[in-house]
Amino acid sequence: MQQTEPMGSPSPKRPARLLSGETLAVRAALVILAALLLFNIAFTPNFLSLQTFNLNLTQVATIVIVGCGMTLVIATGGVDLSVGSLMAISGAIAPMLFLDRPELGPVLGVTLAIAIPIVVAGAFGWLNGVFITALRLQPIVATLVLFIAGRGIAQVITNGNLRSFSGSSTASDAFSFIGQGRPLGIPFQVFLMLLVVVFTAWVLRRTVFGRQVLAVGGNEKAARLAGVPVTRVKLWVYTFSGLLAGLAGLIVIAINRSSDANQVGQGMELDAIAAVAVGGTLLSGGRATVVGTLLGALIMQLIRYTLLAKGVPDAAALTVKAAIIVAAVALQGRRSS
Amino acid sequence: MTQTSPTALLDMQSIDKRFPGVLALEGARLTVNRGEVHALIGQNGAGKSTLIKILTGAYRRDGGTVHFEGREVDFGSTAAAQKAGIATIYQEVNLVGMRSVAENVLLGREPKRFGLIDWKALNARATELLIKLGVHIDVREPLSGFSTAIQQMVALARALSVRSSLVVMDEPTSSLDEREVGMLFDTIRTLKAEGASIVFVSHRLDELYAVCDRVTIMRDGKTVLERDLKVLSKLELVSTMIGREPGEVRLGQTGFSGQHTARGGEVLLEAEGLQHGVRLQDASLSVRPGEIVGLAGLLGSGRTETARAIFGVDSLEGGVVRLEGKTLNLRDPRDAIKAGIGLCSEDRKVEGIVPYLSVRENLTLALLPRLAQSGVIDEKRQLELVEKFIERLGIKTAGPEQPIRELSGGNQQKVLLARWLAMNPKLLILDEPTRGIDVGAKAEIQRLIDELAGEGLGVLMISSELEEMTEGADRVIVMRDGRSVTTLEGADITADALIAAMAGGELGSLPSSTQGGATHAAN
Repeated sequence: MQQTEPMGSPSPKRPARLLSGETLAVRAALVILAALLLFNIAFTPNFLSLQTFNLNLTQVATIVIVGCGMTLVIATGGVDLSVGSLMAISGAIAPMLFLDRPELGPVLGVTLAIAIPIVVAGAFGWLNGVFITALRLQPIVATLVLFIAGRGIAQVITNGNLRSFSGSSTASDAFSFIGQGRPLGIPFQVFLMLLVVVFTAWVLRRTVFGRQVLAVGGNEKAARLAGVPVTRVKLWVYTFSGLLAGLAGLIVIAINRSSDANQVGQGMELDAIAAVAVGGTLLSGGRATVVGTLLGALIMQLIRYTLLAKGVPDAAALTVKAAIIVAAVALQGRRSS
Repeated sequence: MTQTSPTALLDMQSIDKRFPGVLALEGARLTVNRGEVHALIGQNGAGKSTLIKILTGAYRRDGGTVHFEGREVDFGSTAAAQKAGIATIYQEVNLVGMRSVAENVLLGREPKRFGLIDWKALNARATELLIKLGVHIDVREPLSGFSTAIQQMVALARALSVRSSLVVMDEPTSSLDEREVGMLFDTIRTLKAEGASIVFVSHRLDELYAVCDRVTIMRDGKTVLERDLKVLSKLELVSTMIGREPGEVRLGQTGFSGQHTARGGEVLLEAEGLQHGVRLQDASLSVRPGEIVGLAGLLGSGRTETARAIFGVDSLEGGVVRLEGKTLNLRDPRDAIKAGIGLCSEDRKVEGIVPYLSVRENLTLALLPRLAQSGVIDEKRQLELVEKFIERLGIKTAGPEQPIRELSGGNQQKVLLARWLAMNPKLLILDEPTRGIDVGAKAEIQRLIDELAGEGLGVLMISSELEEMTEGADRVIVMRDGRSVTTLEGADITADALIAAMAGGELGSLPSSTQGGATHAAN
């Protein structure tokens, strides 16, 4: 290109990076989390113990893992209601491999019992994506299909029976490590959770796919006109959400050393959406923070823990939980305007 | 009111409407007689939609008076206007597609028995209303199963189920085919025969002349002409609407240099017989490297549709697009982008910017896959490139990380231009590149387009501003009713010739009575 005269006044030299909406949301979440921690340190006996730490993290890990997938889905302007049911499917398949197929041997059995359920859940997630892109169903309706049918499928797989593997065997013990292992004294799923958070945050921030997710959620028409493969992006976010739900399902049955298609992942979709919302991700899409989702889940968990520690009954705690969500989303509306 | 004729059904005088930062209407006027079909026309932003919204109670006016059926009125809501007898049919049918035709006709006013819907009476009443409009269908079928024309008839039947003395139709024909338009016109004539008045908004001149008695022409928020259509030629109508008198077409108003030496040789883009739906029926054009080709025409003439077809947004139902001699298989914008085409859409907000993302992200949205290795973005290269374009195009921003929605319209447009320039395209399609941009930024963008063509880029530019055509384009293709009808080149690109071609066929000079006539081209 030949050099031409510059047009208009040159832009001012770049000042320090501006604070984006995401950064503000994460800061707000950090402040709330810090306040909750300080409150508990001051008023809850034995709060600063490894046991309390592990208890809270064990309970929050699966919500965070599913929440990471949910963050990407919501970032495209969608929602995934099927995650809890996909967890149940994943949890129903696993025992069929490491318990019912002793001929596979413990190594292969456990490997397959981890890989296959995750892949199956991912495939169901992909199906959600197909409903949404090819059949143009609204995400809430499309994923409602598997929300309902998924748990039914899980019950058919298990014949409605509770599968327990509390008895000790090489395979059962090895499998249960993902829920009960304590490397360095910290629950194994906490490491999984951190891995998923770091990976998802990296995908969202640094990869073409991540930025395309935000472009699709921010303005789908504009994204399409800029050559973003909108259909492919959507298929992948729902697949990713399915894969993570599959992983979370395995963690839940490993913690309990039993798989109950009725119970695994029950209510998970709402916990995950709540974590995403409280964390500062815009529910209408286009703006998302994975770290925010982690903080959001921790805030919800700490509130529940605090209320229980103070002797507030669980039913009342639910009301407080709802109030927090309303407050967070209302605040978010103000921030974005 | 001195001008109010005794037979006037509607008389709107000196209507003002202010929006933050703009005066949308300034002393606008609209008078409709009883039993009259009245055309309301004007360019984009002329104020006709605002005027209609004030009439139908969707907006409140800031000044002026409205008399309806002899009484002064001030509708606080659309419901109040409906109750008074003003029915409105919008361009996009807003009914409930999944419900039956009958339910749609009488939604909210269903006949009831013992508190429950009386289905028999409902269906009978709906059938009766539709038959009056000449529509014979099973009213129990869901509405979505019918064509747009029928759906529009249903909307009309709905409007007529409450007795209306004035029916406002906002571009009712824009998505109808010829036969369906005929049906609608029959209905309009029936209504007229029954004594109702109609306000008809359309950009299709033939239709206006076929069905309307009188016309009100608006421009820049004012009513500029009110006349019987019988004594107004198409040419007069168009030049009044566009509003360019010879003295108004001033040279050097734009940032275009006015002298491009289009590089001869091979044709870069060739489009032949493009077809999509009813709005794009037969468009052909070509662009050579280094050439700015203008695409002119009235609203709804198929300019934007042509651009969308070439860019693969709307699938072709006929015709062929060739780039450098190779036929393109266009299923998606991505195919066009891969071939080396870029498109800046006319609606920046809806189809251009991703508001929450930063200038950096918006600028590199199309380029991202090329900035990445194994899917991971090379952020250093990205930032260098963004800073280069901010400097080169003079984009005024606090920095690459500023959300694009905080930028002015002109600077947003520059970012979107940069989005394509970064791709190093062979052809850039610009749909109204300077709409809604302040004067200074406008000239800068025009100068930039000029430079880019000078560097060998092929440019296809859609614009409603005659100056941009006369000063900017090397060649202008004029579209009318979905077809490319005329090509003007070099010195032949004059305001006169453009207006004549847009109006349709009536060549020759304008009658001297025309207030907006352009008898002598400025160049």
